Amino acid sequence: MTFDELAAQAAPPSERVLRRRYVVRRLLRSPTFLVGAGIVLFWIFMALFSTHVTRFGPLDIDPYHTLKALSRLHWFGTDENGRDVLARTLAGARSVLVVAPLAAVFCLFFGGTIGLISGYYKGYTDEIIMRFVDVLLSLPVIVAAIVVVSAFSSHTQGSPGAQAAVVILVIGILFTPPVARTIRAAVVSEREKEYVQAARLRGERAPFIMVAEILPNILAPIIVEGTVRLGYAVFTAATLSFLGFGVQAPSPDWGLTISLDRTVIQVAWWTVLFPALALASLVVGANLLADGVRKVLSE
Amino acid sequence: MLRLIVRRLLFIVPTLLLVSIVIFLLVEVVPGDPGRVKLGPYASAEQVAQVDHQLGFDRPLAQRYVRWLGSFLTLHWGDSWNLGVPVFSLTMQRLWSSAQLAALALVIIIPLSILLGVVAALRRDGIADRIITVTSLSLTVIPEFVSGVVLIVLFAVTIKIFPVSAVAPAGSGPFTRIYHLILPAIPLMFVELGYIARMARAGMIEALDTAYVRTATLKGLPRRRIVVTHALRNALAPTVAVIGTQIGWLVGGLVVVETLFNYPGIGKLMADSATLKDVPVLEATVLVVAAIYMLSNLAADVIVALLNPRVRFGR
Repeated sequence: MTFDELAAQAAPPSERVLRRRYVVRRLLRSPTFLVGAGIVLFWIFMALFSTHVTRFGPLDIDPYHTLKALSRLHWFGTDENGRDVLARTLAGARSVLVVAPLAAVFCLFFGGTIGLISGYYKGYTDEIIMRFVDVLLSLPVIVAAIVVVSAFSSHTQGSPGAQAAVVILVIGILFTPPVARTIRAAVVSEREKEYVQAARLRGERAPFIMVAEILPNILAPIIVEGTVRLGYAVFTAATLSFLGFGVQAPSPDWGLTISLDRTVIQVAWWTVLFPALALASLVVGANLLADGVRKVLSE
Repeated sequence: MLRLIVRRLLFIVPTLLLVSIVIFLLVEVVPGDPGRVKLGPYASAEQVAQVDHQLGFDRPLAQRYVRWLGSFLTLHWGDSWNLGVPVFSLTMQRLWSSAQLAALALVIIIPLSILLGVVAALRRDGIADRIITVTSLSLTVIPEFVSGVVLIVLFAVTIKIFPVSAVAPAGSGPFTRIYHLILPAIPLMFVELGYIARMARAGMIEALDTAYVRTATLKGLPRRRIVVTHALRNALAPTVAVIGTQIGWLVGGLVVVETLFNYPGIGKLMADSATLKDVPVLEATVLVVAAIYMLSNLAADVIVALLNPRVRFGR
């Protein structure tokens, strides 16, 4: 071990490290955050390992036992193809947990970049970017998403990966404007502070100031936006699959399952109720998590 | 005041033009050959070329856009590719159905959620506040089709008190029609509930903290009078703004709820035309929705201005 490394170990933790420890401690004491994080972690675990937990596979067809009610063997019953509803419900988190976090990351990246540039330069750049953002906001999210996804559907037909990529990008872009607005507001209030002026007087270039100086100081609003958008992204991704613009059969995706099985709702309510409750729990969990993070970080 | 409205209206025109360009590109250009889209994958190349020529799709892009916009503005919206009926009357018919469903949801949820928000504010941090806040927020974040499915299972399949179908049998009276609309309206209400109640609560808490409310209290006015006549009016301005933006959310919710309940509204029409690639219907419904969305946001701004004397009398 070199002298420098030893010295770094011995040095008292910096203010930033202390602050981070404080935030983590507060989060671990917030019931809202803990419940939300617990639910989300449960579904992440199920998305990864559900096939090791359940007796049946989510795609196993059994033509002799279709639409069977709840039983000891099939706890949540079976659907019109004799597939185990419990297995499908637990595996149904997969698609949404791939699409939603990636979409949230995309909108954070786009929105963060736009917000940084727009807030830092102000003036005409700001004006033009924000007008463009207004145009993006002039359609309801679901409507815009349907139009874009269906426009590209003739190109993505037969390729689930490409279809998912379009959905991720569309949700990411549609959520960019609100993120950009929040980040812009944070940057506008930071840019007048002394440390930014000092960097400017040192002759640092604008990209450096934005990324190395301002960005670390607006991490709190960025994290809050990210968790909030995650909840919305789950909502939107699930709704798109329900409308038939997301993943395709035979995926056990909740939205898709509800959309397809609602034709048998009068004879076999269990085929749609359990996916619906599962989806509801994930959305509420993601929002509780976001709420907990927001409360702790905005103190 | 008038200047505010005119300025905002003038802003809507270029925005709608931009939206129309984007929709035109997305619907007619991105999917590829429109003749191919209309005839399907098994038509011969000559047939496709013929349809393209008939519909004018073999002309230059800019010319096509201008022609399309021109006929759209003069209300010549053409015929639906799938249904073969005029798009204009179809869209307006469906819009009217949607308006009924949305109106039912709004008429119930706006007063109810404002009331809940105000009660939560008056019982701030108490049990009632906790229950109202947590319940309304949870209901708000759950997608409409999820709560819709749970409601169908509970109230139409298990306990049969509501019909599964949103459409009343032909020739039934207004009450039967409304009765059929109640179940579909509830998911729409859930989504609105949280936002409106939260804004009403925040606005009321802020209003109750002001000096004029303290003055009124010290003056010995009864609590009810202070809340209703002094605080409420000022508390509601942000709530009204949120209701305006929520009308946009409502349109998104209509797409989902109408699909779930098989209700022939504009939302289902749009989703269906997107799935079936019915180009004229898709373009018309999306543009109509965009216009309604922007106008409702404008209306919200105007009402907020009317409620706020500082804006009303000019800065």
